[in-house]
Amino acid sequence: MNNPQNKTESEEDFLVIAGQKIKSRLITGSGKYRDDRLISAVLAAAQCDIITVALRRIDFDKPHDSVLNFIPPGKIILPNTSGARNAAEAVRIARLARGMNLGAWIKIEVINDAKYLMPDSVETIKAAEELVKEGFIVLPYIYPDLSVARRLADIGVAAVMPLGAPIGSNRGLQTVDQIRLLIEEIDLPVIVDAGIGAPSHAAAAMEMGAAAVLLNTAIASSHSPVAMAAAFYHAVLAGRAAFLAGLGPQSDTAVASSPLTGFLE
Amino acid sequence: MKLRINGKTIDIDGEKSISKLLQEKSINPLHVVVEINTNIIVKELFGSTNLKENDAIEIIRFVGGG
Repeated sequence: MNNPQNKTESEEDFLVIAGQKIKSRLITGSGKYRDDRLISAVLAAAQCDIITVALRRIDFDKPHDSVLNFIPPGKIILPNTSGARNAAEAVRIARLARGMNLGAWIKIEVINDAKYLMPDSVETIKAAEELVKEGFIVLPYIYPDLSVARRLADIGVAAVMPLGAPIGSNRGLQTVDQIRLLIEEIDLPVIVDAGIGAPSHAAAAMEMGAAAVLLNTAIASSHSPVAMAAAFYHAVLAGRAAFLAGLGPQSDTAVASSPLTGFLE
Repeated sequence: MKLRINGKTIDIDGEKSISKLLQEKSINPLHVVVEINTNIIVKELFGSTNLKENDAIEIIRFVGGG
């Protein structure tokens, strides 16, 4: 699955989720923008195909407000279940999301912990069981725990989305060793979600074989979100290309790049 | 009659469908999902589903999120 040689054989390198071929391996969120009108420009710069959204009650004072106004048609909408504290709430939110008639993709996000926003594995697994049964394309946000990822794969989720660091922290791949295990062992796309704060983090995730990265705060909280979205676009392409090319081996000691003989010997 | 919309009790007069309610509130039906007493109402039924006394209605939309 993660053998670079196999990937280079295919002429076009697609991210495949639930049988759908997707060009971009950069998934962006639509939250936290100081002005929602920035979203369309950010999506264009990021050249992403999948965009996450959340569900909330309508604001009767701003009845026309909808993030959908800023998402071009043809994109895959990946609603999240943010706000869910248990499996039942996640399932309810997922069903509401599907009621929008914009597809059956769902990012399961079940959180009880307000400080670190760590996902609740037990409730996430329960929600995944139900939503897979109901025909959703399920992408759970998880702590990178191999046994949890295996359970979810057995249940039939479409991908697993381990966190690199707490949501919105911009601290990068703090869980790199655990994510690496998932990439090696789980026969599903592993999408690093949360924590990626810089293009170098995204490139590093892609270099180690992540199928894609999902980020939001890194772009939205940057000084120039549109320019940062473009930077992430290039970083993800570069990281993926490096993975496909196969990185050279590391060594504890120097390995000379020039001939080791003296100059005039 | 009294009913609850998005957690707030409101008083409306006469029969009213979901479509009518959304229209009065200037809400685009394509951009919302409606739940009555925790049952999701498919959009095709917005016009023919009338609100009833004590109904708990949720009108939900997509917002920015990660």
